[in-house]
Amino acid sequence: MPAKNFVFLPIVAAVVLVQLFTAASGSAYYLTQLTMAAYYSLLIVGLCVLMGYAGQISLGHAGFFAIGGYLSAALTVRDLLPWAESPVVRFLDALGCLAHGQDLYGAQLLTVAPWAAAAAAVIAAALVALVLGVPVLKLKGHYLAMATLGFGIIVYRLVLASEYFGEADGISGVPGFPLLPGLEVSGDSAGRVANYYVAWAVLLLAVLLLRHLIDSRPGRALRAIHGSPEAADAMGVDVARYKLKVFVLSAVYAALAGVLMTHYNGGIGPSEAGVMKSVRWVAIVAVGGMAHLWGALTMGVLLNFLSLRGVFGSYDDAVFALILIAIMLYAPGGIFSLVPGGRWGERLAGLVRRGKSGEAAP
Amino acid sequence: MSLLAIEHLGKRFGGLQAVDDVGFTLARGAIKAVIGPNGAGKTTLFNLIAGMLSPSSGAILFEGQPIHGLQPCQVARRGIARTFQNIKIFHGMSALENVMVGRHVRTGVGFFGAMLRTPACRREERAIRERSLELLDFMGIADCADTPAVNLDFGRQRAVELARALALEPTLLLLDEPAAGLNIYETAELGRLIGRIRDLGVTILLVEHDMSLVMDISDEIVVLSFGRKIAEDVPEVIQKHPEVVKVYLGD
Ligand SMILES: Nc1ncnc2c1ncn2[C@@H]1O[C@H](COP(=O)(O)OP(=O)(O)OP(=O)(O)O)[C@@H](O)[C@H]1O
Ligand SMILES: [Mg+2]
Repeated sequence: MPAKNFVFLPIVAAVVLVQLFTAASGSAYYLTQLTMAAYYSLLIVGLCVLMGYAGQISLGHAGFFAIGGYLSAALTVRDLLPWAESPVVRFLDALGCLAHGQDLYGAQLLTVAPWAAAAAAVIAAALVALVLGVPVLKLKGHYLAMATLGFGIIVYRLVLASEYFGEADGISGVPGFPLLPGLEVSGDSAGRVANYYVAWAVLLLAVLLLRHLIDSRPGRALRAIHGSPEAADAMGVDVARYKLKVFVLSAVYAALAGVLMTHYNGGIGPSEAGVMKSVRWVAIVAVGGMAHLWGALTMGVLLNFLSLRGVFGSYDDAVFALILIAIMLYAPGGIFSLVPGGRWGERLAGLVRRGKSGEAAP
Repeated sequence: MSLLAIEHLGKRFGGLQAVDDVGFTLARGAIKAVIGPNGAGKTTLFNLIAGMLSPSSGAILFEGQPIHGLQPCQVARRGIARTFQNIKIFHGMSALENVMVGRHVRTGVGFFGAMLRTPACRREERAIRERSLELLDFMGIADCADTPAVNLDFGRQRAVELARALALEPTLLLLDEPAAGLNIYETAELGRLIGRIRDLGVTILLVEHDMSLVMDISDEIVVLSFGRKIAEDVPEVIQKHPEVVKVYLGD
């Protein structure tokens, strides 16, 4: 394990300790919100790389979350039996992409298998990001913010208006997502502990991949674009291409978060696609310190957990908007810039690195 | 064949002809300076060569191939690196990381390889880091490797920018006023450094206002005034050229 990755050890330890604590204190219900907070944070760390490191804002990331969540929900819930004889459905069935089941009343049901639905949902989000990104990423600053905001609004209105996506009710009755025999992503209380670990394993793995990215040739190219687009271009970085790639990557993270959250919750509703959600995600990345993956992770988990616990009450959205304003005014470098010795993750990594200098010169 | 050939190059900004029918060639291994008063079109000429602007007329041939109309990143891939008149450092990155970006076109790991930290990626990272440290050392600022580049003083930022350009392993290096803001000692040091870079086999085209430096290191000098080339010759001749003297000293 490269020295820098030792910074993961205390986090893994904390994840385990929290679980043990909740088990001992009989407060295992906290795990549900911690699981959901982990899935939301998956979106946030992806957005952090897009915004903080590559310097491209998106006010439409709830849209990608919704594409992931809604597609995997609709595909795994909507009955395909009426089209059972169509060549497309038969072809998909032959490929093993479909699931034969029964509804509550014992009637036959033909749906897309969760893995195939998830793959389709994530690929769809990636394609949408690709098609949207080509024109939109030519824009800068406010213009990019407005264009992505527009995209978010479109997704929101589409799911709200379409019968297929359940209109104002959203989609419920989404089956669990089987991972291994006896282990599935679902809200079943028997699997609560396992699901907590699954969510955190997914999140930490996702962060590990992003850390690798940031500290590598393509990651430096992204940061260079943020630092000076002209100079990056002059150094041979294909700026448009790299912006597009990181946009798609962050959309994939968001869609994957949507897929997993939807299977965990057993459904998804239009509020997940709402513009206020996109604003919230941007606020959390800003609080975390923008180009600060650990900050985004910490704030993503903490603020989502508090929100899911209902701490902010009916002022939920207002609280996040307020946080955004306060951070911009008083701590544009993020909440950790207020703490002497902040940016603890990097500091810790630095200490470990220095401690091991020589042998593992990073 | 010359390494770089500029042919009847013109660039018009609205009503202003910033570069007007300029032509010259640059031999492989040479150091050539472009001089001229403020607003003569020197930076515009550089931006045309580097692909940041596309010419209104004329052609730019590099190694015999036309490069005008290419994107800057494509020009860089051909082996042309540059520094900027107003330093463009990557903020948010250390001095070393700035230089490492310079290795971009000489390396190839993509998103997947990087995220998965494949063995090939690790190998490449190590090589990038070693080469970049060497270049910081060459520039005499190895001790600043881990310092955020924005925290460095002006001279060191220039050195980082130059190291970054060298990391590209350029065939042709474009330096836009590399001595601006340096004191006479630093300027003399820069002169020696440019000589050493040429000795590495890099061809150099530079814009510079510091005449002692220009006269000292250039093999040839091109003089621009109001976008037009008014003279091109060896330093000894340029120094005595009546039109150049007129432009620089007034009537
Ligand atoms: N992008 C642009 N749009 C419009 N006019 C421009 C642009 N870039 C340069 N110019 C104009 O073109 C002329 C040449 O400018 P340029 O920067 O090339 O001069 P220079 O020789 O580099 O001067 P200096 O010695 O001050 O750096 C100037 O009059 C400048 O105002
Ligand atoms: Mg200039």
